[in-house]
Amino acid sequence: MIRFDQVSKRYEGGKEALSGVSFELADAEMAFLTGHSGAGKSTLMKLIIMMERPSQGQVFLQNQNLNRLARRYIPQMRRNVGVVFQNHQLLFDRTVFDNVALPLVVAGYQPREIGRRVRAALSKVGLSDKESRFPVALSGGEQQRVGIARAVVNKPPVLLADEPTGNLDPELSAEIMNLFQQFMQVGVTILIATHDLELVKKMGLRQLALNHGRLNG
Amino acid sequence: MVKTTIKGASTHALGIKDKVWAAGAHHRETCVKTLRDLLSSWVTSLMTWLVIGIALALPAILYLLLANAGSLGGGFDGGARINLYLAKDQNLLSLLAEIRAYPEIESAELINANDALKSFEAETGFGNILLSLPNNPLPDVIEAQPESLSPAELTMLVMQLEAVTGVERAAVDLEWIERLFAILALGERFVTTLGLFLSLGVVLAIGNTIRLAIENRRAEIEIIKLVGATDAFVRRPFLYLGFWYGFGGALIAWVMVQLSLLVLSGPIEELLNSYQNQFFLEGLGPATTFSLFAVGIGLGVGGASIAVSRHLHTIEPT
Repeated sequence: MIRFDQVSKRYEGGKEALSGVSFELADAEMAFLTGHSGAGKSTLMKLIIMMERPSQGQVFLQNQNLNRLARRYIPQMRRNVGVVFQNHQLLFDRTVFDNVALPLVVAGYQPREIGRRVRAALSKVGLSDKESRFPVALSGGEQQRVGIARAVVNKPPVLLADEPTGNLDPELSAEIMNLFQQFMQVGVTILIATHDLELVKKMGLRQLALNHGRLNG
Repeated sequence: MVKTTIKGASTHALGIKDKVWAAGAHHRETCVKTLRDLLSSWVTSLMTWLVIGIALALPAILYLLLANAGSLGGGFDGGARINLYLAKDQNLLSLLAEIRAYPEIESAELINANDALKSFEAETGFGNILLSLPNNPLPDVIEAQPESLSPAELTMLVMQLEAVTGVERAAVDLEWIERLFAILALGERFVTTLGLFLSLGVVLAIGNTIRLAIENRRAEIEIIKLVGATDAFVRRPFLYLGFWYGFGGALIAWVMVQLSLLVLSGPIEELLNSYQNQFFLEGLGPATTFSLFAVGIGLGVGGASIAVSRHLHTIEPT
C-alpha cells in the first residue's frame, strides 16, 4: 500500500530531514511512526500526501510511483489518503457538518450521499449530536474527533495521523486509538506519528522509529 | 496510463456523469454563494462596485455623446446645399436639365440674376447700391440639393459639378462638417484610449480585490487542496467573485450613464433645437447596454483569472 524506496529529503539550506528511508506497509496494516521532534516524522508524512517531493528515492502509494504522478493527478491521489492533523486544521467559520463534508464536496458527491456519509462518520466518532455546532464550541478532544471524521468520511484506503493524541488525556487517547483499530479492521492502512512511547508499547503494533532522518533497525 | 491506475485503485470513483453533475452543481452553488457573500458585506462590496462602475461609466458617457454628435453631423450633412454660380450668357434651361440629370442630385432650382437681385433688394434693402451699378453684378445660380452624402462624396460631387461647362464655381459649406468629423474622429481616439486605460484600472482593481480574498481564505484553500480539491475547484469561487464584481460594476455604470444623460439631455436638446428643428439625446439602447455588461463581466473575470493564476499556486498545504 505504502512503500518507501531509499527516500531522502533535503530541504533548501542543506538540512537533510530524511536519508535513505525504506519500508513497506501492507494493506490493512497499522503502524506507529516514532522519533524525537525533528526526526523527520512530518516530512515522511508530507511525502505520502505529496506536500513535498523526495530529493532522492521513490515513494509508492497503491503501486503508483508518486514521483511520476503529474501535478494534475495529485488531487485524485490525495482523495485516497485521509489525514488527521495535530492542530486539527478545521475551518472555524463552518459547522462540524460542513467541515466533515469537505472531502465529499471536493470530490463531487451528491448532497443526499454527503448527508448520509457525514452522519455515519460523525456517529462513528460519537459526535452525532454536534453536527450543527461550530468548532469553537467544542473541546480539544471533540475537535480532534471532527478531524478524524473528516479524514475517514470518504473511506480512503490510507489514513495518516500526525500526533492525533497530542493534547489529549489518556482516556481520550485510548478512545481514539480504539477508533483507529476499528478502521484497520475494515481494511484501512494506518500510519500514526507520535512521540507517546507509552501508547506505542501498550498497543503492541509495528513501530517505525526515525532518528535524525534515518530509520532504526 | 496513470489515470487508469488511479481509477482502478480507488474504491469509490465517481462516474463521468456524476462528475459533470457535480461540476454543474458546484458552479451553481458557487455562483449563488459568492453573490450572497458579497451582498452580506455590502458596504465593502459597494466600494469595489463603485470604483468599477465609475471606470466603466466615464468612457460609456463620452462614447454616447460622440455617437450622438455623429448622428448630428449626419443630419446636417443631408441638408447641405450646393450653389452653382454660372458664367454669363448660358443656356440656363439646358444647364439646369444637365445638373438635374446627376443621380446624386435630388432637386435643383434655377435662380436667375434678375430674381436674385429682386430678392436681395427685398431682403436687405441695399438694392439701391446694386441698381446704381451699370450691370447686375449677381450671377445666375442653380441651387442643387444633393442626397445624403458623406463629406468625401460631397467633395467629389462638388468637383464634378465645377467641371461642368458653364459653371463658374460650385460652393458648399463643407468646412464645418469636415471639422466636425475631424473632431469626432479625434474624440473617438480619445475615448478609446481613455477606455483602455480605465479597463486596465478595472482589471488591476479587481485583481487586487481578488488577491486579498485569496489571502483571507488561505487556510481554507490549504485544507481543501489537502483533501483533494482540483485546481479548477479551488479557482472557481474567485472567478465567480470576479464575475460578480464586473456585473455589479456594469450595473452601477449603467445607472450612472442613465442619470448623467437625464441631467445632460435637457440643456443639450435645448441648445441643439435652437439650431435645428428636432433633436433627442439617444440613451443606452439594448446593444450598448449588452456591450457595457459584457465588457464589465469580461474585465471582472479577466482580472480575477490573472490574480488567481498569480497567487493560487503559491498556496500549497504546509
